[in-house]
Amino acid sequence: MAKVPVQFTLNGSEKAEFIDSGTTLLHALRDKIGDTSPKGGCHQGTCGACSVIVDGELRLSCLTLAETCNGATITTTSGLAEGGVLHPLQRAFLDTFATQCGFCTPGMIMAAKVLLDHTPNPSREDVVEALSGNICRCTGYEPIIQAVLTAARGNSQNAA
Amino acid sequence: MKLRKSYFADVRKDDLHEIGQARPRSDSPGHVTGKTAFFADRNFPGMLHLKMVRSPHHHARIRSIDTSEAEKHPGVVRVLSAKDVPHNVYTILILIQIGPEDETVLADGKVRWKGEAVVAVLAETERAAQEAAAKVKVDYEVLPAVFDMEEALKPGAPIVNEYHGQNYYLYDSGECRKVRFGDVEGGFAGADHILEQSYQSSPIEHAPTETTGCVVAPEGNDRFTCYTNTQAMFFTLDNTSIILQMPGSKLHFVGGTVGGGFGGKVDVIVEPIAILGAKLTGRPVCFIYSREEEMQISSPRAAEKVVIKDGVMKDGRIVARKVTGYTDAGAYSRHSPYGAQKGAGHYPGPYTIPNVWIDTYCVYTNRTPSSAMRGFGITIGDFALEVQMDKLARLIGMDPLEFRFINAYRDGDMKAHRQPTEGAALIECMQEAARAASWPVAEKYMAMSSYKKGA
Repeated sequence: MAKVPVQFTLNGSEKAEFIDSGTTLLHALRDKIGDTSPKGGCHQGTCGACSVIVDGELRLSCLTLAETCNGATITTTSGLAEGGVLHPLQRAFLDTFATQCGFCTPGMIMAAKVLLDHTPNPSREDVVEALSGNICRCTGYEPIIQAVLTAARGNSQNAA
Repeated sequence: MKLRKSYFADVRKDDLHEIGQARPRSDSPGHVTGKTAFFADRNFPGMLHLKMVRSPHHHARIRSIDTSEAEKHPGVVRVLSAKDVPHNVYTILILIQIGPEDETVLADGKVRWKGEAVVAVLAETERAAQEAAAKVKVDYEVLPAVFDMEEALKPGAPIVNEYHGQNYYLYDSGECRKVRFGDVEGGFAGADHILEQSYQSSPIEHAPTETTGCVVAPEGNDRFTCYTNTQAMFFTLDNTSIILQMPGSKLHFVGGTVGGGFGGKVDVIVEPIAILGAKLTGRPVCFIYSREEEMQISSPRAAEKVVIKDGVMKDGRIVARKVTGYTDAGAYSRHSPYGAQKGAGHYPGPYTIPNVWIDTYCVYTNRTPSSAMRGFGITIGDFALEVQMDKLARLIGMDPLEFRFINAYRDGDMKAHRQPTEGAALIECMQEAARAASWPVAEKYMAMSSYKKGA
């Protein structure tokens, strides 16, 4: 099969790969580049476990063709901690026990990050809406909602 | 409540200072940073992808299988069928002597449920494996199927599983697990009211976010490392050893990280065939269920039917309870004979009833094999029992919680399966629940205790 080149910035690093045309971004990230933080739960855009941030927008990497991301800036959960210091959302997920099996966690954190990037002080309803594309089968969602609200309170305290 | 302090007396501290304190989970830092390694996060050069050819029929005889076109498909490395599996007929609980072996790794001569694995295709890519699987030709003679447990138990019903010979699991107690306590018919004869009700549930899929699967890597020393999300590591290792006729020392299982299980990952389904593929090709093998397979193929919670007949007095005492439970195992046993047996022990509920009769059947039908899920054998029974309790309370015009206080088991009471009650806390739990919910309960019940005077 003909290979096509793709080049993008992943968590601050330049990446370039030759991929089969039609390869999903999820497949390219996990199997080509080796960033396994986005998870494949359904491969049909319904579970949200594969969520990543492409040019500031939340994207389902299982439904995104890697070749459409040429030149893009991509963020995944594995790139959030800086210098070994957890991102406030990661800290909040730890502190509020918002992880159980952990499989949905990277996608949840991506969805939450896009929310807080656009809406630093969200209401509970905003959080529920922002996470509505991400399925968790363990927690019952409440600890996750609390984690996002906790991280958001940190935002407002920092601003004050 | 008394705590047994004799166990580990030399290492017990008894300060219990952790209780009520939040302590960080040891696995959470890996989860929030994306560093936790799930089985599918393992990638090996040259890894093959395994896809199953599955039965489109609920019950059929296999006249012939033609894999020649599939084998020619570009990228296909190996095609496996029943004859390639060293010990093809197995059952998970044979490890604890619950037989007979009744399930095939790959179908041999017959399929007994829609979705049953028939042929395994190993190819360079997932796509090639999928395309080649579609080229496997299986000639089926469709057989009559049975989907309803009571139909399956009728004389003349199609036999689902010849390894059993009849459509129920044959316990050492006969066609069902039985509990006999007191004189249930005498109890009904003396009761003020009789209430007989039937409760039914459908199969329930666990739907974990991570689908079932494993990645197998052949090692240089003739061993196989299997990265798996099984919830039953040693059941899986030992059954794989039996199925592949391979000593356990050749098998290295790596697991414990499970992306949601809830009982849905206790069956031995993906590992033996993936390890066999790795052995026969010398290549790493990845076998991951698609979401569709997770929903349609992986074992659900069993469908159950529970028929409860109770004799109750106007003063609130239940004097006789007869329960007939049916567990739909689907086409194969897996964990269902155990689930049905658990029901037999549980069906009187946490109540002291002097006359009890219980029969629980594990029934075979041409449905997806069911297996474990959170409290299987118990959960649906509790739904039925507690709805029945509410109906009984309504029947005699009594508050449903007070009705439960009257019948609650207390320390020293003999249970129907002849274990004396110890460490009961039902009354105390109900008192707390009544307070928490501001549910009015008469003072005499709020003063009750699970400890009987003199007990």
